[in-house]
Amino acid sequence: MKMNRKEREALIDPLFDNNPIALQVLGICSALAVTTNMAAALVMSMAVLFVTAGSSTVVSFLRNNIPANIRIIVQLSIIASFVILTDQILKAYLFDISKQLSVFVGLIITNCIVMGRAEAYAMQNGPWLSFLDGVGNSLGYTIILVVVGFFRELFGAGSLFGFIILRPVTAGGWYEPNGLMLLAPSAFFLIGIFIWVLRAWKPDQVENS
Amino acid sequence: MLQDYLSLLVRSIFVENMALAFFLGMCSFLACSKKVDAAFGLGLAVTFVLTLTVPINYLIYNYLMAPGAMAWLHPSLAEVDISFLYFLCFIGVIAAIVQIVEMILDRYVPWLYASLGIFLPLIAVNCAILGASLFMVERSYNFGESVVYGFGSGVGWTIAITALAGIRMRMRYSHVPAALRGLGIAFILTGLMAIGFMAFSGIQL
Repeated sequence: MKMNRKEREALIDPLFDNNPIALQVLGICSALAVTTNMAAALVMSMAVLFVTAGSSTVVSFLRNNIPANIRIIVQLSIIASFVILTDQILKAYLFDISKQLSVFVGLIITNCIVMGRAEAYAMQNGPWLSFLDGVGNSLGYTIILVVVGFFRELFGAGSLFGFIILRPVTAGGWYEPNGLMLLAPSAFFLIGIFIWVLRAWKPDQVENS
Repeated sequence: MLQDYLSLLVRSIFVENMALAFFLGMCSFLACSKKVDAAFGLGLAVTFVLTLTVPINYLIYNYLMAPGAMAWLHPSLAEVDISFLYFLCFIGVIAAIVQIVEMILDRYVPWLYASLGIFLPLIAVNCAILGASLFMVERSYNFGESVVYGFGSGVGWTIAITALAGIRMRMRYSHVPAALRGLGIAFILTGLMAIGFMAFSGIQL
């Protein structure tokens, strides 16, 4: 499929140049909490992708009919409907992972990525562009979740997607699992380091404070 | 009885700190922690709204939405289960309460209203608020516990954001690598604070 420049920008830019987590400071809460293993991180990303793309498209279709002073409530109810749908699907088909994600599926409603893109992009642009923008931003989110999840599961449990890569001592292997990786603080360090690497690679993102 | 509430309070402030153990409210936690007084004001607003919304959502969930909860209205409603709508309902309640609180403060406590400023409407989309209500359902607290839990998690969040703002103000005089400045170092600081708060995790009251 041939895309024009604007469409490509909407899809590709959020990956590294305008990453929602590393640069826009959006949607951090869930990025930290669900990344103890790869499977949960991927499912969470897919859920966010579905909700963001869907709600951006719907908001964009309705953008000329939403009264300006109640737009937040309208956007929230559109987003909440998509989240309810996602939550019910996860509970029906992926019950184990849905238990593991616990309240964080519900918290997609207040995930600033969804809200931020609906407010900042979908209210001004057409449905197709908003859809691409939603997909692009969720992919930017996915990249961080997958990277963080990769390191946390590999070093914390010695496995990836539940398959053992580094056999831990407890299972008769040689690898001493790093317990810190499974705990909360490691996610902060990993994202901090990710931002460091990203900004060293793209110096124009550096903050001058 | 009182002891249970006290231990829940301490647990929700320190051991299960909203920001540092569950990563809730992170967006405003990192974005609004550049100055101590602004951070403290936001913390106050969050505590205030949390103390109101968790018990109100408790009443709505347990008397209207949970399976069979509407039996007190009419026996024929005893079978009704609309708990799948609770996301939509909670976020509506939160948005409405934030709006009402804003109007009341504007009318009766103008100094607090002026000092909270734009933070008040913003906390409608703060994940800590919705998160606390969802945890309340997941852990099936009773009414008293939900009041204590809402208040305690608000206080915990306030302590965390005020402390981070204090550290970040001092960071201005430190030499941080260029690419790590701003957001990057804030993440690493929060990680170190989270390790500090993990020291509370053994406490049993």
